[in-house]
Amino acid sequence: MTTIAPVAFRRTVELTIDGRAVTAREGATVLEACRAAGVEIPTLCYLETLTPVNVCRVCVVEVEGGRALVPACSRPVAAGMVVRTDSDRVRTSRRMVLELLASSVDLSTAAGDVHRWIGEYGARPERHGPSAPAAPTRPHAGHHAEPEVGSAATVVQPVKRDNNLYVRDYAKCILCYKCVEACGEDAQNTFAIAVAGRGFDAHISTELDVALPESACVYCGNCIGVCPTGALMFVTEHDLRATGDWDEDRQAVTRTVCPYCGVGCNLEVHVQDDRIVKVTSPLDHDVTSGNLCVKGRFGFAYVEASG
Amino acid sequence: MDLRTTGAPPDARERQAVDSVLGPPESGWAGGERTPGDGRAAAGGLARARRRRQVLLPALHALQDRVGWISLPALGYLCQRLDLAPAEAYGVASAYALFSFEPGPPVVVHVCDDVACRAACGGDPAAVLAARVGPAGSGATLTWQPSPCLGHCEHGSAALVLETGEPGARMTLAPFAAGDIERIRSLGGSLGGALDPDVLPAPRAIVPQAAGEGLRILRRVGRIDPASIDAYRAAGGYEALRRALQLGPAGVIGELKESKLLGRGGAAFPTGTKWEAVARNPARPHYFVANADESEPGTFKDRVLIDHDPYAVVEALTVAGLTTGAEQGFVYVRGEYPLAVARLEHAAAEARSRGLLGEDVMGSGLRFDLEVRRGAGAYIAGEETALFNSIEGRRPEPRNKPPYPVDRGLFDKPTGVNNVETLLSVLEVLTVGGGAYARLGTPESTGTRLFCLSGRVVRPGLYELEMGTTLRALLTMGGGVAGGRPLRAVLLGGAAGSFVGPDELDLPLSFEGVRAAGATLGSGVVVVLDDTVDVADIVRRVARFFRDESCGQCVPCRVGTQRQEEALGRLAAGRPLGSLDAELALLSDLDAVMRDASICGLGQTASSLVASALRRGLLSPAHGGPGAGPVADGRSAI
Ligand SMILES: Cc1cc2nc3c(=O)[nH]c(=O)nc-3n(C[C@H](O)[C@H](O)[C@H](O)COP(=O)(O)O)c2cc1C
Ligand code: SF4
Ligand code: SF4
Ligand code: SF4
Ligand code: FES
Ligand code: FES
Repeated sequence: MTTIAPVAFRRTVELTIDGRAVTAREGATVLEACRAAGVEIPTLCYLETLTPVNVCRVCVVEVEGGRALVPACSRPVAAGMVVRTDSDRVRTSRRMVLELLASSVDLSTAAGDVHRWIGEYGARPERHGPSAPAAPTRPHAGHHAEPEVGSAATVVQPVKRDNNLYVRDYAKCILCYKCVEACGEDAQNTFAIAVAGRGFDAHISTELDVALPESACVYCGNCIGVCPTGALMFVTEHDLRATGDWDEDRQAVTRTVCPYCGVGCNLEVHVQDDRIVKVTSPLDHDVTSGNLCVKGRFGFAYVEASG
Repeated sequence: MDLRTTGAPPDARERQAVDSVLGPPESGWAGGERTPGDGRAAAGGLARARRRRQVLLPALHALQDRVGWISLPALGYLCQRLDLAPAEAYGVASAYALFSFEPGPPVVVHVCDDVACRAACGGDPAAVLAARVGPAGSGATLTWQPSPCLGHCEHGSAALVLETGEPGARMTLAPFAAGDIERIRSLGGSLGGALDPDVLPAPRAIVPQAAGEGLRILRRVGRIDPASIDAYRAAGGYEALRRALQLGPAGVIGELKESKLLGRGGAAFPTGTKWEAVARNPARPHYFVANADESEPGTFKDRVLIDHDPYAVVEALTVAGLTTGAEQGFVYVRGEYPLAVARLEHAAAEARSRGLLGEDVMGSGLRFDLEVRRGAGAYIAGEETALFNSIEGRRPEPRNKPPYPVDRGLFDKPTGVNNVETLLSVLEVLTVGGGAYARLGTPESTGTRLFCLSGRVVRPGLYELEMGTTLRALLTMGGGVAGGRPLRAVLLGGAAGSFVGPDELDLPLSFEGVRAAGATLGSGVVVVLDDTVDVADIVRRVARFFRDESCGQCVPCRVGTQRQEEALGRLAAGRPLGSLDAELALLSDLDAVMRDASICGLGQTASSLVASALRRGLLSPAHGGPGAGPVADGRSAI
C-alpha cells in the first residue's frame, strides 16, 4: 500500500549540517541550506543570478556515503543527508584550491573575502616557487613547454586594452565562467566571449582572440558586473588604480534609475572626486538582476564627453 | 542571439570544405548569394540552430583536412551557416589538439612519445627523432610533433601522418622509424597512394594467441576479411542479433543481468542494469553510443577490434539500440584512428545495404541506424558526458553528475553508452547465454577481458584471458621480459593506474583481485618495465599527459596537474624547493585535492600513478629516479 504524503511534508527536507539538524526547502542547494543555518561556505564561481557551473570547487563539503567531496553550490539537499563543512578533508581541499589559484593568478583586486579565506585556510601559494615569466605564445591544446625548473607557471599576460570602455586583464582571471554566462545564455545572449583552449592554458577569448571592437561585443558590461577578481574593469577604475588614485573611501555610491529608456533599470553610480568612476547594478533587482545595456553602464562617458 | 561574424569572406577552398558537410547554402542569410527573394524572413530560429550545432565538429574536420587550418573567415562562414557565435565555435575548436589556427606545412607527422613506446624504445622517441631530423615544429613542407599514445603500443613506436588537401591522407605508421620521416619527405607532395593504409603489420603480431586458446571476442581478428560482410556472417556474425530479436528487450536484459557483465571502459558498471534503466525511461527519443575514443596511454584494444572486426561493433550497437529503444546510435571514434573510421563507415554502409541497419532491421520492423563521429585529439572526450558534449558541438567538458546519462545524456535524452569491448562482450553473452558466460572468470568478474601487453616483453600484443588469470600467466604467454632482463615493475591499468612489483605477479587479474591490491584494471593496460627503464621518466610523462589533457574546467585539476608536473620536474632535477619532505607533502596535498575535489575521473586519478610510484620507492635514484638517466642498451626501435 502506498501512502500519500501531505504536500507540506514534501516541500521541506531534514538534513544534518555539522551535527546540527536543519530543515531546508526541497530543491534547495546545500549552499542555501548552509547559509540559512549560518554556516559560511566560501564560493568563487557561484552567483545567485547565474546557472551554477561548479568549477572552482572552493565550496566543497563532505556528504556522508559519497566517495568524493561535493560542490555545495549545486548539489541539491536530500532527506537524511549528513553534511560536514569543516572536516580535515574539506579544509585540505579548500586550502589547496585557494593556494592553486593564488599561485597562478594575480588576485590583487579580488574581492576581500578571497584574501580572508586564503588566510583562514592557511593557503601557502609561495611553496610552489616563484612565478615563471609569461610564455611568449599560448600553447596549442595538447602541447606545452615546461616552465624552468623551480618556477611556477601562472596565467600572467599583457593587459588587453582595445576599446575605450573597459580593459581585460586576464592575468587576474580565475576562469570562473561567470562572464561567459553573463554574456551568453544567462543574460546578454551575445556570446562574444567563450572559454577557449584547455587545461592550464584554458582562457576567456573572442574568436581567435580578435580585439573586442571586431567581436560581437555590445559593451553592455554585464561581464564586468559579475567578475569576482577585477580582471574585467572600467577603464576609469583601471587608470585610477594605475596612478594609485583609486580610493573607495572617497567614493559615494548613489542608487538611481537609468534615464535612457523606459525599462527602469537600477543603477549604482560610483562617484569619486565629482567624477563618475564606474556604474554597477544591484543583483537583487527583480527586473534586471544586475544587468544593464551599454547606455546605462557606460552612458556617463557620453554625459561627460558632451558636458 | 546577436550573431555577428567577421566581414571577410572565406576563400573557395574553405567554402567548399564547409559546404561538403553542410551542403550549399540555402539563401543569402546563410552565407549564399543574396537574392531579392531572400527578403527579410527569419531563418528558423534557436531550435534549428541547436540541432545544427552537432555538425560543428564534422565541419571543423572538413576545414582542417582540406585546408590545413581554420582561419577567421572560414570560422565566420561556418558560424553563419550554423547560426552559431564564432567565439563559441572557437572555444570548441581550440579545445582539440588536431585543429590548427594558423597555416602550417601540408604534412604533419604526430610521433608517439608516450609510456609504452618510451619503455620499448629505451628512452624518449621524440628526443631521438629531434636529434636525427631536427626539432619538432620545424620544416616548410613537412613537420613533426610529439604526440600522446597513438594506440599502437604493441609495435613499440608509432606515428600518425596527416596530409592536408583534397583528398589528402591520414594514416598510421606502426612500427615507425626515424627514417620514415626522410622517406615521406622524399616523396614530396601527395602521399595519397604512396603510403597504403592497408599495409598493416600481420595480425598475428597483434593477437599472439592461437585460435584454439580460448579466444572469444578476438576469435575473428586477423582471421577474416574485415571488409567483407559475407565473411563476417560466415564466421557466425549476426547470429547474436537474431538471438536478440527472438529474446526481445526484456529477454536480452535478463541474459545480461544473468551474465553479470561489468563495463570494460573503466567504471565497471553492470551493463544489464544500465541497459534496463535506458530501456525503461519514458522520455523519448533514446540514444546509444559506442565509446571508441580509446586514448588511455598503453591502450589499443578497441582499435584492434574495430580495425579487424568492424561488423561486430555495428552488430553489437544494433543489439544495444533495439534493446534500449534507441533508433539512433553513434560510434565516437578517436580522431587518431583513421583506419577504424574508414572500416566502420564501410561496415555500416554494407550492413545498411543488406537491411541490417535502417528502417527495418533484419526484417523485424524495427528501426535503427548509426553514425560514425570522429574525435579530434582530446582524451577527456572519452569521459561519457564530455563525449556527449563533443557530439553536440560543445566543448568536451564533463558534465556535473547527477543527472546520469540514462536519464539525461546525449541531447539531454536517456542515453546508453558502452565501451567497444563491453559491446563485443554482449555479443558473446548472447552467443553462449548469460548463465554460461557467468561461469567464465570469477564469480564477481565474469567472462573474459582484453589485456594490452606492451613495453619490454617478448611478444607484445592483445591478449584475451578469463578474468582472474594471474599477471604471471599473462607475462608468461607474452614470452617474459625481453632479453631475459629483470622485471622492475608493471604499469597496470593505464595512466590512471598503478605500478605492480615483481613480488606481486600472482595478482589475479579480476576487478576484485586488483582492487584488493589497491590497483585497477583500468582499460587493460599492462606495460612491462625492466631494469633498464627509467621509471621516474615514465611517471613524468604521465604527469605531462594529464597536464595536457585536463579540460581545464575545475581548479584542482587545471592547476593541480600543472603543479604536479612542476614538482616532479624539481625532484628529477634534484632541486627540491625547501626540503625533500616539503616536496612530498606538496605532492600529497595535490593528490588530496585532485582526488577529492575534481569534477571528473581525470582529475580524480591524475595523481594515482605518482602516488603509487612514491609508495613503492620507484622515484628514488636506485630505480631510475633523479640521476639515473636513460639507458642505452636494449632495442631501440626508432
Ligand atoms: C577521463 C576519462 C576518459 C575516459 N575515456 C574512455 C574511453 O576512451 N573509452 C571508454 O570506453 N570509456 C572511457 N571512459 C569511461 C566512460 O566515462 C564510461 O564510463 C564508459 O564509456 C562506460 O562504458 P562501460 O559501461 O562499457 O564501461 C573515460 C572516463 C574518464 C573519466
Ligand atoms: S560587454 Fe556585454 S557583450 Fe561585451 S563581452 Fe561583456 S557581456 Fe559580452
Ligand atoms: S574574466 Fe572574471 S568573470 Fe570572466 S572567468 Fe575570469 S575571473 Fe571569471
Ligand atoms: S577533473 Fe580535469 S578533466 Fe575533469 S572536469 Fe575537472 S578540469 Fe576537466
Ligand atoms: S562556488 Fe561551488 S564550485 Fe565554485
Ligand atoms: S602508441 Fe606509443 S604508447 Fe601507445
